[in-house]
Amino acid sequence: MARSVSTGQKIGWSIAAWVVALLIFFPILYAVITSLKTEQEAIAGFSLIPSGTFENYVTVQTQRDYFKPFMNSVILSVGSTILALIIAIPSAWAMAFAPTKRTKDILMWMLSTKMMPSVAVLLPIFIIFRTFGLLDSRVGLTIMLTLINLPIVIWMLYTYFREIPGEILEAARMDGASLWKEIVYVLTPMAVPGIASTLLLNIILAWNEAFWTIQLTTTNAAPLTAFIASFSSPQGLFWAKLSAASTMAIAPILILGWFSQKQLVRGLTFGAVK
Amino acid sequence: MATQNTRTLARLMMAPSVVVLLIWMAVPLAMTLYYSFQNYNLLTPMNVSFAGFFNYQYFYTDPAFFQSIWNTLLLVLGVLAITVIGGTAIALLIDQPIFGQGIVRILVISPFFVMPPVAALIWKNMIMHPGYGVFADIAKFFGLQPIDWFAQYPLFSVIIIVAWQWLPFATLILLTALQSLDSEQKEAAEMDGANFFNRFIYLTIPHLSRAVTVVILIQTIFLLGIYAEILVTTNGGPGYASTNLTFLIYRTARLGYDVGGGAAGGIIAVVLANIVAIFLMRAVGKNLDK
Repeated sequence: MARSVSTGQKIGWSIAAWVVALLIFFPILYAVITSLKTEQEAIAGFSLIPSGTFENYVTVQTQRDYFKPFMNSVILSVGSTILALIIAIPSAWAMAFAPTKRTKDILMWMLSTKMMPSVAVLLPIFIIFRTFGLLDSRVGLTIMLTLINLPIVIWMLYTYFREIPGEILEAARMDGASLWKEIVYVLTPMAVPGIASTLLLNIILAWNEAFWTIQLTTTNAAPLTAFIASFSSPQGLFWAKLSAASTMAIAPILILGWFSQKQLVRGLTFGAVK
Repeated sequence: MATQNTRTLARLMMAPSVVVLLIWMAVPLAMTLYYSFQNYNLLTPMNVSFAGFFNYQYFYTDPAFFQSIWNTLLLVLGVLAITVIGGTAIALLIDQPIFGQGIVRILVISPFFVMPPVAALIWKNMIMHPGYGVFADIAKFFGLQPIDWFAQYPLFSVIIIVAWQWLPFATLILLTALQSLDSEQKEAAEMDGANFFNRFIYLTIPHLSRAVTVVILIQTIFLLGIYAEILVTTNGGPGYASTNLTFLIYRTARLGYDVGGGAAGGIIAVVLANIVAIFLMRAVGKNLDK
């Protein structure tokens, strides 16, 4: 950067940027602070200094069995992501390394399935699930989350695989490697970073999915989205407890998210912005 | 140089994903279309009969339908306006030489990773609550009457929450685009005497236009389906004041047990989404040809 910037200017810009950033982050910060207050403190007016109690975290576990929806969220998001990867990897692979005239059309068609509004197929899915006894089951919801994220997974993998240089493949072929050997020994090691990024982003998306998880569960398979939504009707003093449950629900994914900023752009724009 | 063998293998590798997505797309949609022509109520599942266009007539002449379309439009346009303008401003700000740029970035993108029910409930209870929220505390500090946001401005409140969730997305995409702007080009413009304002108009805006298009299209797809934020804050009310099309269909289908009416509503949601999708596909498709 050849542009010379005076220290004064830099300080000015920095103050402006930090003020904006803290304002945007404030609701999250305030929820964390409130989770460390007692219920009385939580409604006692604005204060950034909590008494530092952890009792809300304990209460949320003992009264509402927080661990169960948490585990459901883990199982559903990881399970659906792995299932989606198993279906998507061969497919993205074939399209990236053995493209035909129709590859682009197939990719666009896959993307178009992501555009279907969930609510338009709410009743058919509900009726199918009820018929097969899949309502409020982890199996049913895993299938659902796999389906809705599959197009994004295929697309993301495709954009990563396409960047693996073809010459390496040809070199392997010249050395007499079969397609299977190419895949196992040559391409897989090069594809691992792309697969890992896709995995990360998809776990985030599945964790935060809040339409089907709320529609298709009641208690058994309910993940954190449905669990937190059940806090929408207030029961007495519950600000601090709600904050504790919220903090625990978003913390793991927030941290994963910080590490996946770049992949987020790529995954959610279907490679249109890199 | 793909051999016949390779091609067969490639087809086999693609088969599972194509079959799965084909079923996922065709079966439920066909069922929705079929139900939309049936009198079918989940409370009386024995009395199913052909309804002709009754469901469409019923759903599309309901005053709630027009209000929901209007609300959907306001919600999408309101959030887009806030996120695109705010996102551009914040992206430009973060792109300046500042101290702790990495941390600022992390703080700004964080809301995107907050699941919708949590985001909505934090705003509803901790920020906008008329008695205990931060906004009420600020109003009281200045001796003003606190505003009951969700009763007085229900749709606007939902817009604020959703905009908060999507602002990071717009910022991040625009920032990525901004950082790919060639710094040599910027310097050349600077040397030629272009001031900040001119550089912004003639260099930055044209460069950002593609990213803005992508932001608008992708957000629109997601914004048409806003559901959880409404469910946990206003539940669509008061009346239908904050009911969007998604929420109206959910109300008809799940709370009214009206399969036929919900299906007829679902068909227009599909049509709306498709209109947006066509533009998005064109924007993404261009990139594929490169």
